[in-house]
Amino acid sequence: MKKYSVFAVAREAMRHHSGWTRAWRDAEPKKRYDVIIIGAGGHGLATAYYLGKNFGITNVAILEKGWLGGGNTGRNTTIIRSNYLQDPSAAIYEKSRSLYETMSQDLNYNVMFSPRGVIMLAQTEHEVRGYKRTAHANALQGVTTEFISPQRVKELVPIIDLDGPRYPVLGGLWQARGGTARHDAVAWGYARACSDMGMDVIQKCEVTGIRQTGGKVTGVSTTRGDIDCDKLGMVVAGHSGHLADMAGFRLPIESVALQALVSEPIKPCMDVVVMANTVHGYMSQSDKGEMVIGGGTDGYNNYTQRGSFHHIEETVRALIETFPMVSRLKMLRQWGGIVDVTGDRSPILSKTPVEGIFVNCGWGTGGFKAIPGSGWAMAELIAKGRSPLTDAFGLNRFTEGRFIDESVAAGVAH
Amino acid sequence: MLTIHCPNCGVTAEETEFHAHGEAHLKRFGPGSSEDEFEGYLFMRKNPKGVHFERWRHQYGCGKWFHVARCTMTLEVFGSYSAQTVEPPQEIIDAIQDRRPDFAAGPAR
Ligand SMILES: Cc1cc2nc3c(=O)[nH]c(=O)nc-3n(C[C@H](O)[C@H](O)[C@H](O)COP(=O)(O)OP(=O)(O)OC[C@H]3O[C@@H](n4cnc5c(N)ncnc54)[C@H](O)[C@@H]3O)c2cc1C
Ligand SMILES: [Zn+2]
Repeated sequence: MKKYSVFAVAREAMRHHSGWTRAWRDAEPKKRYDVIIIGAGGHGLATAYYLGKNFGITNVAILEKGWLGGGNTGRNTTIIRSNYLQDPSAAIYEKSRSLYETMSQDLNYNVMFSPRGVIMLAQTEHEVRGYKRTAHANALQGVTTEFISPQRVKELVPIIDLDGPRYPVLGGLWQARGGTARHDAVAWGYARACSDMGMDVIQKCEVTGIRQTGGKVTGVSTTRGDIDCDKLGMVVAGHSGHLADMAGFRLPIESVALQALVSEPIKPCMDVVVMANTVHGYMSQSDKGEMVIGGGTDGYNNYTQRGSFHHIEETVRALIETFPMVSRLKMLRQWGGIVDVTGDRSPILSKTPVEGIFVNCGWGTGGFKAIPGSGWAMAELIAKGRSPLTDAFGLNRFTEGRFIDESVAAGVAH
Repeated sequence: MLTIHCPNCGVTAEETEFHAHGEAHLKRFGPGSSEDEFEGYLFMRKNPKGVHFERWRHQYGCGKWFHVARCTMTLEVFGSYSAQTVEPPQEIIDAIQDRRPDFAAGPAR
């Protein structure tokens, strides 16, 4: 792998950029791998990366039915924060956020991590109490957050209207080291690093069956032939239920559409991320100047990667109350992704009833921020059979009633 | 945007009048049931790519519950039927098979 650096840019500038090579190999599937990861989204790629980096396991293939990062990883609004309520969540999300701080250096790939700060607006008395509670919990967890006054919110976000008729701003939960990153770059950076370690990133390769003997996984069937493996990681977000079906077990997951939109690009006007959870409106400004806006999920199961337009309308209707200037903007484009939602709105990182199969799913509406931490933990789970970061996120929590209830903190948790 | 028919009051309207409430025909497990039965009842949901039977409510209309058969891959609505049923009636199965000849009725997961 050629190292990217200012010298490389200078050198290439001298020779009309003729020396850049592919960032990752276009691999052909081999007969057998130690570990196969299904799904080349952020979580699958990060899992493979840390299998190699932390455990020296590099005979690994990452199989992707479409193109890498073409699932939710390339469709999300890229909010990164770790101000969750429950301890197991804070542990994995804060691990993740801290890995984002050095990701560009680790991967030698600019993922444009921008810790510009995230505010979660408190717009009801209930939210004020809830976020104060979260701030206290975060203090105990070692996650730096703060409950701030409406005046402080106004200083940080001059375009906000604090006295909206329906939802006045009563305060906010502020995480100064939260922010955003470039979603495609996260997938590309990991793919490049995986490929460099000798792993095969195989696109346009859909898993169509899972082979097992005596309750143990032996390999997968794909649109590009059968491939054997010792261990299998399923990291396919909204398609998890479908793959579990192939393997013969069930998951407590439902797949629904979540939508986002961007406005036309405008001059810089808001340099933090603002989340309005009560009305399901999430907004930040991209480097190109577009206002990036995330909405709420549609109410019914869906695999079409598009949602109902009235949800976009609802989000925008509420947002223009809090940000009146947004009403003057044109919408540039709008899209949807299929997110994997569990009963307690927390992810599943777990062994499964089939020996050798591990699942990583259920990140639902908020897993972009978790990519490096989840990959780190999932790699440990696959390599060693256990990880302190995943212990609480096992499938058995649903039988045992040990939920990690983040839906109380926010119905949607981008 | 889905167009949904309410079999209770006969209104056909767009989806904003209605609210979806998840998988239909769940069997309730009460006291004395096993942990696995509770887990299944409370959390395990059919999440098919394709035909899905679900509960809907005419939220901003007559307020009553009913069932809908719908495709999660195309968003096509095959039809609505009474909430007072434990399985989809034959005419709904027929309507589905009309559009999806290989759809097999029965306890598909
Ligand atoms: C509109 C929207 C906004 C969001 N906003 C945020 C946000 O602001 N902050 C945040 O933290 N999170 C956000 N999320 C959630 C976040 O995007 C996801 O949780 C995260 O990207 C999931 O990553 P993943 O790698 O698990 O899944 P994906 O990126 O979806 O990757 C799964 C991959 O598996 C592949 N696959 C599926 N089936 C098969 C098969 N049979 N064979 C081979 N490959 C298969 C798919 O093609 C896909 O590429 C948002 C999501 C959406 C849709
Ligand atoms: Zn009605």
